[in-house]
Amino acid sequence: MKRNLLTIMVLAASTLGVNAADIEPSKVVYADGAVEASLSGAAGDASSGQKIVGSKKLGNCVACHQIDALADIPFQGEIGPPLDGAADRWSVAELRGIVSNAKMMFDESLMPSFYKTEGFIRPGKAYTGKAADDTFAPLLSAQQIEDVVAYLATLKE
Amino acid sequence: MKKLTGILLASTLATPLFAEAVDDTLVLNEEIKMVTRTAAPAHMAEEVDEIISGWHFRGKETRAMQADDFDNPGMIFVEKGEDSWNKVEGSEGKSCASCHGDSASMADVRPVYPKYNEAAGEVRTLEMQVNDCRENQMGAEKLGYTSGSMANMTALLASVSRGKPVNVAIDGPSSATWEAGKELYYARTGQLELSCASCHEANYGNMIRADHLSQGQINGFPTYRLKNTKLNSVHARFKGCVRDTRAQTYKPGSAEFVALELYVASRGNGLSVEGPSVRN
Repeated sequence: MKRNLLTIMVLAASTLGVNAADIEPSKVVYADGAVEASLSGAAGDASSGQKIVGSKKLGNCVACHQIDALADIPFQGEIGPPLDGAADRWSVAELRGIVSNAKMMFDESLMPSFYKTEGFIRPGKAYTGKAADDTFAPLLSAQQIEDVVAYLATLKE
Repeated sequence: MKKLTGILLASTLATPLFAEAVDDTLVLNEEIKMVTRTAAPAHMAEEVDEIISGWHFRGKETRAMQADDFDNPGMIFVEKGEDSWNKVEGSEGKSCASCHGDSASMADVRPVYPKYNEAAGEVRTLEMQVNDCRENQMGAEKLGYTSGSMANMTALLASVSRGKPVNVAIDGPSSATWEAGKELYYARTGQLELSCASCHEANYGNMIRADHLSQGQINGFPTYRLKNTKLNSVHARFKGCVRDTRAQTYKPGSAEFVALELYVASRGNGLSVEGPSVRN
């Protein structure tokens, strides 16, 4: 019984993307926009990252970026630069920094900050148009960021 | 190196691509030649050279639909608006027509709204003015700001102005409201930190997922959207856009959206009134 309860609690916590080992969004250390340490303390899973990159409900990176390797995903956007060869241009630490908060490296970037919880103007509750409440969380969890970074690190030309 | 790439990236993002606005001419009912692209008004000339109607960013069939009143689904609502125009309502036994006469006599109204109202000491949208008339001249109930009945009325008022250039005043008593609207236009709201300008100034012509970004001009409002098969008012559209930045939206009819409407309308000064336009 106790174990079940614990399992439920762990599941609930991981659903919200909160894990004890995670570096909180406000405590991430950026050096020239790059982040050296894993946000979750664990390695990323590139195949999970690929799903996050392509999914409308998760990262939806393809809304703005084209990725030739994901050619089967329709309607890739033209807002940001294509991500082909991203791993040739950026180190893992730089990729982690850009995905977490691209504005740390590029002042004027339009890219949403995927691991940030403070400093927003009129933050909302997801796509409801209502004000944010205590369920407000970063766009991606620490481990999801790590997974995306692991996937991006495979994009070599 | 990193700095350089950053600069390159920023300049790429700031340069609008014109290639995706379709080269075509809108002639309404084979009669009225519409201005759908023209030189940007002076107040925004540093940011954008040419202002372009959303019509140029839609597909061939959608563009054709708007060119002929028999094909434009929005015209059904104009007819409803016309019925409402002539209908006596309220305690004073009047219709709109009782004071204003034929709806066609209103041709010079839509192009200059939102407009400063001297007596009220505020900038008013067309919706606000319609409701002021209903309450204070007709003794009738106000219409809901984004209701179907209101959209029918604004569609009628836009339809009789089609072909006339948008020409809202931004100076004098309108200037404070206009400045407030400009500030909202450039404010990066919500968890996605996107402003109106992020998409509609820096990226018009580009695709964001399956959506083809336009300049976000409002000269075609109210707009019949194929997506929801009804007329959509400007403030309802603003609300949808702000919501999609994962922000807490403003309310239709709020002071913020009135200001934003004045500012966005002013970015279309010179384009023909197109309402009711047809869009995706």
